[in-house]
Amino acid sequence: MTMSTNASSELETIPAEIVIEPSRGWIPVNLREVWAYRELLYFLTWRDVKVRYKQTLIGAAWAIIQPFFTMVVFSVFFGYLAKVPSDGIPYPIFVYCALLPWQLFAHALAESSNSIVGSQHLITKVYFPRLVAPIAAVCGGLVDFAISFLVLLGMMAFYGIVPGLAVLTLPLFVLFAVVTALAVGLWLAALNVQYRDVRYTLTFLTQLWLFATPVAYSSTLVPEGWRTLYGLNPMAGVVEGFRWALLGKAAPAGPLLMVSVAVVVLVLIGGLHYFARMEDTFADQV
Amino acid sequence: MDDVAIRCEGLGKLYCIGERERYRALRDTLTEALYAPVRRLHSLVRGSNNGAAAERDITFWALRDVSFEVRYGEVVGIIGRNGAGKSTLLKVLSRITKPTEGRVRIKGRVGSLLEVGTGFHPELTGRENIYLNGAILGMRKAEIDRKFDEIVAFAEVERFIDTPVKRYSSGMYVRLAFAVAAHLEPEILLVDEVLAVGDAAFQKKCLGKMGDVAKEGRTILFVSHNMTAVQSLCGRAIWLQGGQVVQQGDAAVVATEYLQTTAESCLVQAWPDPQDAPGNEKVRIHGARVVDLDGAPIAMIDTRTPFSIEFSYWNLKEGAHLNLAVSLYNQEEVCVFTTTTVNEPRWHGKAFPAGLYRSVCHVPGNLLNDGSYRAVLLVVRDLANILYCHQDIVVFEVQDSAEGRGKWYGKWSGAVRPELNWSTERLSSRMNVGLTAGSRRGR
Repeated sequence: MTMSTNASSELETIPAEIVIEPSRGWIPVNLREVWAYRELLYFLTWRDVKVRYKQTLIGAAWAIIQPFFTMVVFSVFFGYLAKVPSDGIPYPIFVYCALLPWQLFAHALAESSNSIVGSQHLITKVYFPRLVAPIAAVCGGLVDFAISFLVLLGMMAFYGIVPGLAVLTLPLFVLFAVVTALAVGLWLAALNVQYRDVRYTLTFLTQLWLFATPVAYSSTLVPEGWRTLYGLNPMAGVVEGFRWALLGKAAPAGPLLMVSVAVVVLVLIGGLHYFARMEDTFADQV
Repeated sequence: MDDVAIRCEGLGKLYCIGERERYRALRDTLTEALYAPVRRLHSLVRGSNNGAAAERDITFWALRDVSFEVRYGEVVGIIGRNGAGKSTLLKVLSRITKPTEGRVRIKGRVGSLLEVGTGFHPELTGRENIYLNGAILGMRKAEIDRKFDEIVAFAEVERFIDTPVKRYSSGMYVRLAFAVAAHLEPEILLVDEVLAVGDAAFQKKCLGKMGDVAKEGRTILFVSHNMTAVQSLCGRAIWLQGGQVVQQGDAAVVATEYLQTTAESCLVQAWPDPQDAPGNEKVRIHGARVVDLDGAPIAMIDTRTPFSIEFSYWNLKEGAHLNLAVSLYNQEEVCVFTTTTVNEPRWHGKAFPAGLYRSVCHVPGNLLNDGSYRAVLLVVRDLANILYCHQDIVVFEVQDSAEGRGKWYGKWSGAVRPELNWSTERLSSRMNVGLTAGSRRGR
């Protein structure tokens, strides 16, 4: 879709003239248009959050129960029975601190992958930049994250852990987890329109990814020489970053982080373009 | 293109039916990818182009070579049968789907209404859904804030505004959904059949609102099956058939033309040979026609048009006292009237010599309501014995007339639609006296 802005009236960002024609070749990613639809983005996120725990008995407590009990089970089996080393940090908080970004990521990935197929009643009836759907889906997980974060604060108080200045970098790692989910989610969302195989792949993929990420163990278990390569999994950087920022564990290695960032940027750019290429067919194929 | 709001040039949309009906599994693509080289090789060897032929089978043009212009402030109706491409056209114009060829230029803020209540979530309350739906339709939050009370009042759901919409009755749901849509204020509005919902009173309100919007000088593209609405709201109409424009121009002309070709009427029946004409040894039917008052074939009957039905028949029994009875049934199979020839001045009550006869029944204008009618003919002897009964001797359509309706565009209720005389007088200027005296006697 080619859009050119002529005279801008009171609606700054809505183009004055729209040209609709078949798309050929290279399709530019129109992030400006997504910005113009930021209110819709907000409302879709807000809807996801509102609807998620409607008509449930304990409501938003689910956001706490899930990571909390996963933490308990991990602590018993990996921490207590298998004696997985946790670099001197009490195992429960060691694992909970990693479970938070992990669950944020896993949730965002699942939601964004399903975002286009899940909103087909919108896609086939009204126009909006299709990118809004996966982005809104990703943002919806942040509220759950904030709720379960409160438990982490309680645990830190319990173990008497006071974070250092590194805590200021925490938002960066949160952002990084979300962007990683979006980058992969864009590919899967577009693929899901054509191939519903994605639905089955997703659970499987998330499970494998969890074990490839240092959630239940520390990345120091990975031999020194392999750690940079370990950065190919961006979530390794995120999880270690969380532990560094909150628990004062050793900082994640610079090369590992750089590899992670490079991977995410590549996957994101690729995802944006693949999505832009496929979005014209969404309404017809979904 | 100074005053052109929408310019469509050679628009085409090709659908692959196979892809549209079901989604592909990865397996299909993989097997296709494996087989494609084999197939290509095969067709190379045979020197034919089978691949392309197979492709043609599963594709169809939902739109082809559609060109038109819409000027600012114009209200244009898009008409056509189901599957003519009307909805596809709106989908392309509202940017939901891409055209396969051609180009559209649209100048101005576009709002499209392909259905009411897009994005409504059953778990959310009426209030929440107004905001959500408004945002989906392209309204700003500030705009929704401003119009909120108006929307709620229009939908008549004040008491339930904080109830989840899943607890709404379907009528309330639709009213709320339409209310949001009706308060959309784009420069160009694309509307698809959304008016076909809700009860009659609400339809009236919706069409009234559409009329208001049209009067404000907004550009509207309106897809509808309701010819009355098209004729009264639109200045121009575009008639699509098989994805192509059949005719465009003045709405009344195009709609009339469309109705004529689509009505399933049987205005003329004729059996020239008495040997195989329907009937029996006493009477046989020669034919029947629906004609205008001068006896010429009639193109279209609307609720105001007077017309005639002609019956011709052979009397085979010398000296029989014949009369005809005609019953007219509407779509609901209600017998609207039965009329007989007993008032006929020339032949009634006389003995009919053998021969061919013609009887004409005049049906005045302002009698029948719009709809489809069938006539049943009875040939009767001595006012009591039915000699022959012929079902559906003629079938015709009475079109709606836009005149005399005021601002009501919905279905006009009633088996008949007579034009009756009314009179109103003012009885008093004092409220209390007027009430007691007037209301008791008024009815």
